[in-house]
Amino acid sequence: MNLTLKVWRQSGPSDSGRMVKYRVEEVSPDMSFLEMLDVLNERLILEGDDPIAFDHDCREGICGMCGMVINGVAHGEQVATTTCQLHMRHFEDGATITIEPWRAAPFPVVKDLVVDRSAFDRIIQAGGFVSVPAGSAPDAHSLPVRKEDADSAFDAATCIGCGACVAACPNGSASLFTAAKITHLSLLPQGQPERLSRAKAMVDQMDAEGFGGCTNTGECTAVCPKGIPLDTIAQMNSDYLKANAK
Amino acid sequence: MKYAEGSPIQDTKAPEGPIEDRWEKRKFAAKLVNPANKRKLNVIVVGTGLAGGSAAATLGELGYNVKSFCYQDTPRRAHSIAAQGGINAAKNYRGDGDSVYRLFYDTVKGGDFRSRESNVYRLAQVSVNIIDQAVAQGVPFAREYGGLLDTRSFGGAQVSRTFYARGQTGQQLLLGAYQALERQVAAGTVEMFTRHEMLDLIIDNGRARGVIVRDMVTGEIERHVADAVVLATGGYGNVFFLSTNAKGCNTTAIWRAHERGAYFANPCYTQIHPTCIPVSGEYQSKLTLMSESLRNDGRVWVPLRKGDDRLPGDIPDDERDYYLERIYPAFGNLVPRDIASRAAKNVCDEGRGVGPGGLGVYLDFRDAIGRLGRDAVEKKYGNLFEMYERITGENPYDQPMRIYPAVHYTMGGLWVDYDLQSTIPGLFVIGEANFSDHGANRLGASALMQGLADGYFVLPTTLGDYLAAGPFGEVNEEAVAEAEAKVTSRIERLLAVNGTRTPDSFHRELGRLMWDYCGMERTEESLRKALERIPELRAEFWANVKVSGANEELNQVLEKAGRVADFFDLAELMCLDALVRSESCGGHFRAESQDADGEALRDDEHFAHVSAWEHSPEGEPVLHKEPLEYDYVKMSQRSYK
Ligand SMILES: Cc1cc2nc3c(=O)[nH]c(=O)nc-3n(C[C@H](O)[C@H](O)[C@H](O)COP(=O)(O)OP(=O)(O)OC[C@H]3O[C@@H](n4cnc5c(N)ncnc54)[C@H](O)[C@@H]3O)c2cc1C
Ligand code: SF4
Ligand code: FES
Repeated sequence: MNLTLKVWRQSGPSDSGRMVKYRVEEVSPDMSFLEMLDVLNERLILEGDDPIAFDHDCREGICGMCGMVINGVAHGEQVATTTCQLHMRHFEDGATITIEPWRAAPFPVVKDLVVDRSAFDRIIQAGGFVSVPAGSAPDAHSLPVRKEDADSAFDAATCIGCGACVAACPNGSASLFTAAKITHLSLLPQGQPERLSRAKAMVDQMDAEGFGGCTNTGECTAVCPKGIPLDTIAQMNSDYLKANAK
Repeated sequence: MKYAEGSPIQDTKAPEGPIEDRWEKRKFAAKLVNPANKRKLNVIVVGTGLAGGSAAATLGELGYNVKSFCYQDTPRRAHSIAAQGGINAAKNYRGDGDSVYRLFYDTVKGGDFRSRESNVYRLAQVSVNIIDQAVAQGVPFAREYGGLLDTRSFGGAQVSRTFYARGQTGQQLLLGAYQALERQVAAGTVEMFTRHEMLDLIIDNGRARGVIVRDMVTGEIERHVADAVVLATGGYGNVFFLSTNAKGCNTTAIWRAHERGAYFANPCYTQIHPTCIPVSGEYQSKLTLMSESLRNDGRVWVPLRKGDDRLPGDIPDDERDYYLERIYPAFGNLVPRDIASRAAKNVCDEGRGVGPGGLGVYLDFRDAIGRLGRDAVEKKYGNLFEMYERITGENPYDQPMRIYPAVHYTMGGLWVDYDLQSTIPGLFVIGEANFSDHGANRLGASALMQGLADGYFVLPTTLGDYLAAGPFGEVNEEAVAEAEAKVTSRIERLLAVNGTRTPDSFHRELGRLMWDYCGMERTEESLRKALERIPELRAEFWANVKVSGANEELNQVLEKAGRVADFFDLAELMCLDALVRSESCGGHFRAESQDADGEALRDDEHFAHVSAWEHSPEGEPVLHKEPLEYDYVKMSQRSYK
């Protein structure tokens, strides 16, 4: 396959950035999207150009490090798929592909397609945990958990912290990410003692970071590679309201 | 490559006496740090995987002043996140005959009698606390309808002791440790440095006293000093270029510590995982593991006849060779990894492999789907099947998966004593970065167990014993400046070459060479070839690599070049170690040392020891042997037939 790429290039936070066009030839349909960029980067290095900076690590859809807006869609059009899991067989020969970074004020661009998502860590710091120091835990079987609860908690806990939900949201809201953690812990007995204080602290931190509010557009779930359901946000809101009513 | 033989070493910290009491004894003998003093003691933890994340969090909870480093943009992305299958623990919740002793026994045997009994016993003891800790943190392990934890049996074990969270056990355990870590960041006991790469170790007065790191966003070279340094930087499987490790996994941190005096133990012990998706082309950048839990229900086969190119579904059962079930009737598809990998290589070498280049075997779920129904199979393995389909474009419900072995884990690492302290006082090494518990072959679901045992339970005790003598005072400015200058000049050197080949092209070539000559099967001839070729390639690297851009910016080419440079040096030591160890054991298969059936043949008379290598700046590496003794598990040839 031969493709035209239009890629966002920005040398650093103070650069205003621009789209730059590249031709890539002889792309194999079995390549992953990132492998296609690797091949282009190898060429750029040898031509003395700056290769395109992008984040990635596991390349198997679990670490949450990769993320690009491909043809206007966070992680590309294939559903429930991270950028690193996207393969070139889903593109047409001769196509033009635009590639941009996550765009949201709380995720400033570091370089090219690399953004700073440390705001997510600060939301977790605010309360996304159970306070249980090592060594203090009772036997694991002392507290049975209904299988349904364990399964739903797991579903929410699969969030990889990639930030696609924020990039896709017209308001730049981090509600899906925050709600996933709140829901994971509030469905489990272990999460109960801190349930309301957790919801309050995390939501307040999310607001303090400058993420927008949720207006239920559902764009977040549509791009979420782990299919975190929208009803986690209802769970978050309900815990948050209860916390404030207290 | 020549080497010299040095004096033997002993693990002086392991207590004597009955094995069940040793850890208890060590804990009791360990000096305690006065709570008021803990705040004055500074600890650096490099790495935020299961080992480093759990260690930094726990040390913070105890009140130490901790700095934590990782190269990713957040600690939650450490490579541990990718572990799929599960974590072992001797809970015996099934009442199927498991016990601490049995887990100990299986691990020593599985490691092919090349690990330390004391360490392994402690690991098995502590395993039960890990599950308790994780559950209390809210790790959503799989459960049964009664609300209790579910377990499964995993490669190499005949009891059901593996706890799991669908196919994402590593993710869930790591998020548990990450959340505990972030809790300490909020509490102010841990300071977090993301996108920082450790490039050297600071040693003063014989003690490890800090690290030199590069801020990967600005390029600034920073110095951080402390009373002790903990390395939890993971494995070095990426020396092969293609492996199941995350792209950033590297040897840099442990290699630079090795150059500063930490012995490197058993570098040649590499685990090749039997169930990975085969290579599809030249551009391939990594290999993807299919959890070996799939072997519980999938059956491995190749066509009986060479060159049989019918579609798998068209090949009747009597023309298929379910070779693992045939050769190893007792364990069948569940034989340990090294055995399953080599068996796959053998049938492919016979010309019976399937898929592109004949480098693949089938893993077939037809019978499981027939027996359990498609829904049950989907519940168990759904996400793995999806992952496979994404990568290959083939649907494993309709046609068997194609799998092939790939580099997965490195049992070797920095030498540590029972306290997890390296040969440099004050330098502790935990998780995959050390060599300690898996011998020559790691059993499935045991790496997560070891990383968390080290981080939550072992290190916090033994490090306290070391720190009780601290704080160790100011660090000599000269020592810091020397380390910093070394890092800076190396970066300048890399940038100055301005040659015609990219770091990746060298890395690929090195990886290919290691796979061919120091991979699943090693011979004296292949290793000698590698030892000849590596220095040539390294010389070419330093004369002809092209690193674009500058240091003072985010520069992924520069990061890569630094890591590849260290891989060259490590690769050489791996080949030397493999050459000197002329026996076969576990994942290290020397073709010259096999029995009549082609199974690995150990040579206990000459090789029942750990090979710990000392770096010598100008001269030859020095080999120190730590003798291994087995008082509890009788040494025997492994048999899974
Ligand atoms: C695909 C896959 C599946 C697996 N499945 C299982 C399983 O089911 N069960 C099991 O028991 N084991 C499994 N393993 C093995 C297991 O995941 C690893 O051995 C284990 O997670 C290693 O943990 P760690 O904490 O030692 O290191 P890692 O998780 O690799 O963490 C290393 C840390 O060090 C940091 N780091 C590295 N170098 C530097 C540097 N120079 N400077 C600064 N920071 C640095 C990184 O940022 C990272 O935070 C699997 C491995 C793979 C590859
Ligand atoms: S909720 Fe989904 S899209 Fe948002 S960070 Fe988590 S995994 Fe990514
Ligand atoms: S690189 Fe890890 S999720 Fe894409």
